[in-house]
Amino acid sequence: MLKSEITQIMVMERTDYLIAGASHAALAAMHAIRLVDADGSLTVVGRDRKLPYSPTALPYVVSGRSDSNLVFLRDDAYFALARTSYRCGHALVRVEPANRIAELDDGSRLQFGKLLLATGARPVIPSIPGFEAVPYHVLRTLDDALRLRAELPRTRHAIVLGAGLIGMHAAENLSKSGARVTIIELQGQVLPGYFDAEAAAIIAGAFERDGHVTIHTDTRVIAAEAGPQGVVLRLQGGPPVTGDLLLVGAGVAPVVDFLSGSGIRCDRGILVDASMRTSVEGIWAAGDVAQAASFYDARPVLNGILPNAVEQGRIAGMDMAGDRTLQGYRGAVPLNTYSYFGRHAVSVGSATAPPGAEIIVRSDADAERYLKIILDEGRLHGIFAINTPLDAGVMWQLVRRRTDLTPLRDRFLAQPREAGRALMSRLWR
Amino acid sequence: MAAYNTIAFHADRCDGCGDCMTACARAKTASDSPRRARLQVLADGAGSFGLAMCRQCADPECVPNCPAAALRKNTETGIIEWDQAKCVNCLLCTVGCSYAGIVLDEVAGHVVKCDQCGGDPACVRTCGNGALEYLSTARIYNEVGALEDLFVPGLAGCQGCNTELLMRHTLRRVGPDTVLAAPPGCVPGMGAVGYNGMTGTKVPVFHPLLTNTAAMLAGVKRVYKRKGREVTALALAGDGGAADVGFQSLSGAAERGEEMLFLVIDNEGYMNTGMQRSSCTPYGAWTTTTPVGRESLGKSQDAKNLPLLMVGHRCAYVATASTAFMTDFYAKLDNALQASKRGFAYLHVYSPCTTGWRFPPRKNIEVARKAVESNFVVLWEYTPEAGLKLTHPVDDPAPVKEYLEALGKYRHLTSEQIAHIEHHIVANVAAVKQQASAQP
Repeated sequence: MLKSEITQIMVMERTDYLIAGASHAALAAMHAIRLVDADGSLTVVGRDRKLPYSPTALPYVVSGRSDSNLVFLRDDAYFALARTSYRCGHALVRVEPANRIAELDDGSRLQFGKLLLATGARPVIPSIPGFEAVPYHVLRTLDDALRLRAELPRTRHAIVLGAGLIGMHAAENLSKSGARVTIIELQGQVLPGYFDAEAAAIIAGAFERDGHVTIHTDTRVIAAEAGPQGVVLRLQGGPPVTGDLLLVGAGVAPVVDFLSGSGIRCDRGILVDASMRTSVEGIWAAGDVAQAASFYDARPVLNGILPNAVEQGRIAGMDMAGDRTLQGYRGAVPLNTYSYFGRHAVSVGSATAPPGAEIIVRSDADAERYLKIILDEGRLHGIFAINTPLDAGVMWQLVRRRTDLTPLRDRFLAQPREAGRALMSRLWR
Repeated sequence: MAAYNTIAFHADRCDGCGDCMTACARAKTASDSPRRARLQVLADGAGSFGLAMCRQCADPECVPNCPAAALRKNTETGIIEWDQAKCVNCLLCTVGCSYAGIVLDEVAGHVVKCDQCGGDPACVRTCGNGALEYLSTARIYNEVGALEDLFVPGLAGCQGCNTELLMRHTLRRVGPDTVLAAPPGCVPGMGAVGYNGMTGTKVPVFHPLLTNTAAMLAGVKRVYKRKGREVTALALAGDGGAADVGFQSLSGAAERGEEMLFLVIDNEGYMNTGMQRSSCTPYGAWTTTTPVGRESLGKSQDAKNLPLLMVGHRCAYVATASTAFMTDFYAKLDNALQASKRGFAYLHVYSPCTTGWRFPPRKNIEVARKAVESNFVVLWEYTPEAGLKLTHPVDDPAPVKEYLEALGKYRHLTSEQIAHIEHHIVANVAAVKQQASAQP
């Protein structure tokens, strides 16, 4: 062994807990670890050279509702108090499970006792001919948000590729800042996966009426090019769309490029069990990067939403620290809350009704009210609402506890919010 | 780490009137709409009412679900605070809450949650049924917990005895400028006075006779007063010493208004010396001097109501307390301490004795609670100015049989004896209430 190698090993930094990532899953894990283990050394490595923040807050930075200096979820004092080394501006590039070594992009190597991979996701850029030559925005980092915000005043016609939550939020912001907005979505409706077609149509209607947003669903982009007026997107079976700003909101994919050679099993995301353990001992994964069992059929699914990241992070942290009160992950339930143009929408649970399920829909398109309840054997399978207040957390509990709603069925169907509260207040006693 | 005050909900006392919601809506929204209240009382479909309200969780789920850092747990007050300036109205906090404690107010257009009105909750003030209660027990942990323990470590009580708790907490609160009298009984028996020339306390302590505790303490206090030193004269006495042979000096000191705090730990007998009966031993109880056999079935007389006798002395302060109701005890200890600066303060604490009453050590607090809930003992306080007031009225008492059956010393009771005890309880409550209704 060379002398330089010996020196490197001798000075190699060691940490009991290493958390790669610095958003919701990472912070929840850190908190859970510190609740049980006050002394173990803890290092959090964040890709961005900033204090931790949430990607979910970014649309509000774009709109100006959030001050970009006030969106940080933790400060230096917090890390000092928790005796945690927060290393920002560094990405994980390699994991060597055999030696328990993690390598960062500056070449530094850390030896860890336990490692949590909470590296999140990054935007997917669709493979469209000519796309590499056109300028476009994405919205995943604070810098992305500030860049997009700077563009708002001079944007006259924006194209938003993808009608997911990021795309819809951005479309609203762009429209409110005075731009003409066109949304292009490959699937047959906006917000696929969260709302059914009928609810999606109500939401799309608000965008069209209040925001004068043009929405093309079922539409494929076949080519992109830079023209004198800006970006031109050629669409299958329709006239091309030209805009001076293009935002890509076509979904995200887990950040897993550091995995090669690690032996950690990965499908679309890193595969984990109910304790968020990966296939390799001593290594956990949580949040948008992890692929855990679905609540409904136990198949491993990506569930890239904030509450899920918090829950998975907490479970991973508890398991890493040996918290004996840990209850395993009960499975991914898709859910979200979505506010747009002063309206509120909530979705909890699966919109795919199983065979034999009871589906109750109350819709008033003029009042933009919508409520859909799916009951499976008397238990809540999913509930979706627009302008109909629901306590999403209570509904989530009813789904995952498989609470039998039969005794309160009529009341629940009539007033799900009140009945849900009454049920939960009893279930807790 | 601080402890926090909380709003407790007693579902058994709630009739669903909704006044709390109206009061909350008025306090928080300038409307009368119960729908906009931060707490929601709901018929739970099972014949009673439930409450949806922020529980100010110790490890909240709403806070980590906020992407905009608009929620935080205030570690001083325990309140989960919502910052309107930072809130982006995404409602993800409501996903984290399983209690419907942070909810969308459609009229306001943003989420709302309870902030306990800064320490004087409007809902609690309004509830006429006592279903909502603002618990300030946290004060005990935060304030009293920070005070110095003035007893030495290693006091040797019986297993499960709560007297050590009572002694240590009392002396902590009364403080270092104290002269302590510990007459014969369990208190010195545990080592409070000390061994081999060393005291068991960090304050001056002496061991008077059973008969002269109040007289000696009165003298000591007067000497300090003459010397211009402000001290609290504190007695930690048993019921035997206070109610029987010590009663003459106790009565005399009370009548003269000697400035002292006389705390009686009532375990219903001379438990330290072998469980003999005292005049505070209840009717029917087994003791070694009221045995159970052919000739005798436990004590054949009723207990003397010593605290009511002290009211007859018109002391500056008289109260009864129980170790199952520590908030009530602490409030009374504070009041008694204040009163002892101007006159005679008497505090009578009912203290179950695991050894002498024959019950498992782990059940001490449960037994103490059952005594109160069955009206076997009544919690009240008295000052000459305000008269006597019940501090924990029990209008619908639990059957006393449940209390008696928990204790080995009543195992032999005949149905006639139980009937006698039930009758005595009714008479005793009536006597206390009569005193309570009397003009001060």
